[in-house]
Amino acid sequence: MKDFLNSWGLSLAVFLPLIGALIMLLIPKAREGSHKVIALGTSLIVAFLGVLLLANFDYDKSGTLQFVVDKAWIPLINSRYIVGIDGISLPMIALTLLVVPLCIIYSWNHFPEPRNPKAFLILILILETGMIGSFIAQDLILFFVFFEVVLLPMYFLIGVWGGEKRQYASLKFFLYTLFGSALMIVSFLALYFLSDKVDVGGTLMHTFDMRQLPALATGISTGAALWIFGGMFMGFGIKVPMFPFHTWLPDAHTQAPTVGSVILAAVLLKLGTYGFIRIAIPILPHAAEKWAPFIGVLAVVGIIYGALCCLAQTDMKRLIAFSSVSHMGFVMLAIASLTSFGMSAAIFGMVAHGLITGMLFFVAGSTKERFHTLDIARLGGMLKQMPHMGWILGFSVMASLGLPGLAGFWGEFPAILSAYNPGGDLSVAFFRVLMVIAALGTVLAAAYLLWLYQRVGFGVPTAEFEDDPHIHDVSFTEWLAWTPMLLLIVVLGVYPNLIFKVTDGAVGNIVSALSGHGG
Amino acid sequence: MLGSLLTLAWQSPSVDYHALAPLIIVAAALVVIVVVDAFTGEHSRWTASSLAGIGLLGALIPIATLANDGGTRVLFGGAFVVDTYSLLLSALFLVSGYVVILLSTNYIAEGDYWEGEYYQLILASVLGMMVMASARDLITIFVALELISIPAYMLAAWRKRDLKSNEAGMKYYLMGVFASAILLYGLSLIYGITGSTLLAEIGPKLGDAISSQPIITLGIVFVIIGFAFKVSAVPFHTWAPDTYEGAPTPITSFLAVASKAAGFVALLNIIFVGFYGRHDVFEPLMWVLAAITMTFGNLVALRQTNVVRMLAYSGIAQAGYILAPLAVAGVSLTSGGEALRAVVTYLLIYAAMNLGAFAVVIAVARKTRSGEITSFGGLFHYAPGLTVAMTIFLFALAGIPPAGGWFAKLEIFRALTSAGTTSGYVLAVLVGLNSVIAFGYYGRLIRVMWMDEVPDGDRTPIRIPSSIRASLVITVGVTMLVGVLPSVLTHFTDSISLLSIGR
Repeated sequence: MKDFLNSWGLSLAVFLPLIGALIMLLIPKAREGSHKVIALGTSLIVAFLGVLLLANFDYDKSGTLQFVVDKAWIPLINSRYIVGIDGISLPMIALTLLVVPLCIIYSWNHFPEPRNPKAFLILILILETGMIGSFIAQDLILFFVFFEVVLLPMYFLIGVWGGEKRQYASLKFFLYTLFGSALMIVSFLALYFLSDKVDVGGTLMHTFDMRQLPALATGISTGAALWIFGGMFMGFGIKVPMFPFHTWLPDAHTQAPTVGSVILAAVLLKLGTYGFIRIAIPILPHAAEKWAPFIGVLAVVGIIYGALCCLAQTDMKRLIAFSSVSHMGFVMLAIASLTSFGMSAAIFGMVAHGLITGMLFFVAGSTKERFHTLDIARLGGMLKQMPHMGWILGFSVMASLGLPGLAGFWGEFPAILSAYNPGGDLSVAFFRVLMVIAALGTVLAAAYLLWLYQRVGFGVPTAEFEDDPHIHDVSFTEWLAWTPMLLLIVVLGVYPNLIFKVTDGAVGNIVSALSGHGG
Repeated sequence: MLGSLLTLAWQSPSVDYHALAPLIIVAAALVVIVVVDAFTGEHSRWTASSLAGIGLLGALIPIATLANDGGTRVLFGGAFVVDTYSLLLSALFLVSGYVVILLSTNYIAEGDYWEGEYYQLILASVLGMMVMASARDLITIFVALELISIPAYMLAAWRKRDLKSNEAGMKYYLMGVFASAILLYGLSLIYGITGSTLLAEIGPKLGDAISSQPIITLGIVFVIIGFAFKVSAVPFHTWAPDTYEGAPTPITSFLAVASKAAGFVALLNIIFVGFYGRHDVFEPLMWVLAAITMTFGNLVALRQTNVVRMLAYSGIAQAGYILAPLAVAGVSLTSGGEALRAVVTYLLIYAAMNLGAFAVVIAVARKTRSGEITSFGGLFHYAPGLTVAMTIFLFALAGIPPAGGWFAKLEIFRALTSAGTTSGYVLAVLVGLNSVIAFGYYGRLIRVMWMDEVPDGDRTPIRIPSSIRASLVITVGVTMLVGVLPSVLTHFTDSISLLSIGR
């Protein structure tokens, strides 16, 4: 079993969804039932495989890559098919494997217009391949390929199944990300050529191997390293998205179909922060040190700006989207602190944000389906009309604003704390100022979230929806899709060590090259 | 007496017929079509296309055996060289020619045009391209260029009852002749300085000759400008959009892929073998040409409403990407090798994805009778297969994995960054920014196909003739295979070199 997982586990997890998609391609469009079953079945098999991987993962050695496969791919440029997971990628993969089947279950009976479950589900499976691939790739070119593969299905999900301004939103999403990844690939290549060579079967060649690059890249001059980091910063920062590159996010989220929003919030945004933790900072730690104050400032601006924007929104989904900008700001602040504690906090923040914001988007989607509007002013009295839905919204709101005992707290609090004692040569005073401002952001978060909840949850239903027969409480598929996420939010809130234990061993490697890292 | 004198005076040069076999087969196919066409009536006009296709595929056999033998064969005193590089490109021209013939079969038969002559001209043009791949001599290169171009002028005007097609042929002809004149002038200057037409002899002499610098510069600039017309680099591109729009669409694909690739091959031969020592002259020129070509092509493509014109401007932009590595080719022998590989790789992948895109355009136009972008509206609803194929080609052209184009673009980036110069990095960033602009119009067409309504509500499915189906299978297959397993391609490009590299 262990042998099988070692050599095939990860590759199967990546490519099984693709195989499922290929099978679905061959089945006529009209047989919707078989499409649903195949898609759900595939994602469940992949999730089961994930459970096996989780069970066989050696948690005492979470700092080393496990289940590593290293095969030739493009020998000419020494780009290899290298996959493997460690304590950093493990939580991300678990999150992905969980969210995808839940999204398929949620879609079961309400595919957004123009329906076509075949195409919709095929795209979701391709998306899953791209997401898992990005989290397990250990070769820069392989990572780049998967990182881009994620774009395509999301572009179609937003563009075909989205809201009224879907075409604008999907193109904006695509162009922003493409812009970032174009600079990112130039950075990768510069890194490739400027780093030292390795011995490949007797000849010296450059390498894209992420495992070796931290050691090989030490010889790169400071100026070049700063530029290279800058290119990666654009690639990952746009994906996060960091202020001021965040403007694609509210449009994409608002227009995307519910499931698209959920996957976007739960997994896709994490590709950016994951890129910083996995690639940019470990390979170029000293350039990261120079960039960190700048990133910290942008993160904090994002926190405050996102929160202020939330206060000005009239659309529920758009409000949640801006809250994403704010929450990802906390994650980026934790990363900018360049401490192993900050990295752990960031990873926890990523998982927590994925679950909580994913939940909020689910609720927003279900609300939209019932009321055909997300205009906060027209909603009201959800607790009266649909008590379960109202309570779930309340629960998610509380989790999102960082109530202790729920997952959101462990995403925010350690992030703020990590800025108290930044690593490397970073200015302590400067980061403490950032910390104070970020802490203010949590107050704003409480303000906009509670305000949202008061207007949507409390009060009485407005006259236009009072007797609407379409409005019913949480349905069976919704319960099925939501329960695991709700449970996890509680479990992680009560026992955060579940993730911290996994990441602790791994995050040390990220900033080990920096002098005097704290935490 | 007279007989013995003749045998003394005329000594037949020893000819390596194996090396020439691909050319001989194509030429023979051409002759057979002429004869068959002359002696058969209307009812057997279909034979021409089949014979042409068989001829092109047949020529691949000696290419395979030659590649299997390996090594470099030098013929005619160095004017004609058969090596991995020329074989790879000859194969590209043959396969592209074959796909063009597949695309033409129904178009030409149903359009009631002359058939025999059409295929003869295509074969003649492909023959010229194959000569070009091996040509290492100024005169051979010029003859090859004319053999490529003259049939193409006529083919562009093939829809002779249509004014636009006449305009296409006329414009192409005038601009082509103009370019040839400039090129010839440049070639004669080069010959005047060096006293040789052999590129291998020109190379060292140009590298050493310092005294007559201005003339050399002028010669190099003129030669490059001559080919800049051929590859439709800005500002010498003005013929391309009109010619592409007016010409029969299969011929447009032929011009946009094979003919353009032949222009690049000529540039590669001349630059790497002949001009390599004067990289101080051609590098800045290439840098500027590449930068304005891709930027201009992309920006104008954004404004197009006709899909063929859009592909024409996209082709101009792609030509800019292909020119880019030549701007750093002379920094070192390593970067020269990288640049050569990048250009050849791009040409190979570009052929597959662009021919595929044209195949879809031709298939769709069979139903809609229109080339407007709006006529693609809602294609997904009645032709999902074509839509997926087109989407793959457009993503490939935009350079997004896993469709093949990403590897081509990666090679360009790699060649540019391998030089390690600031100008290389700046150009790489420019290519990156241009890729983003380019998605503006590729993405728009995708959007129209997937997300718009069918313009006239007519959702009858498109009947795709088997020949177009075959061409789609070939192009989709190659595009995806290279995208997922680039090593299939690098296996061939790994060992290519031109004479001056590594010498």
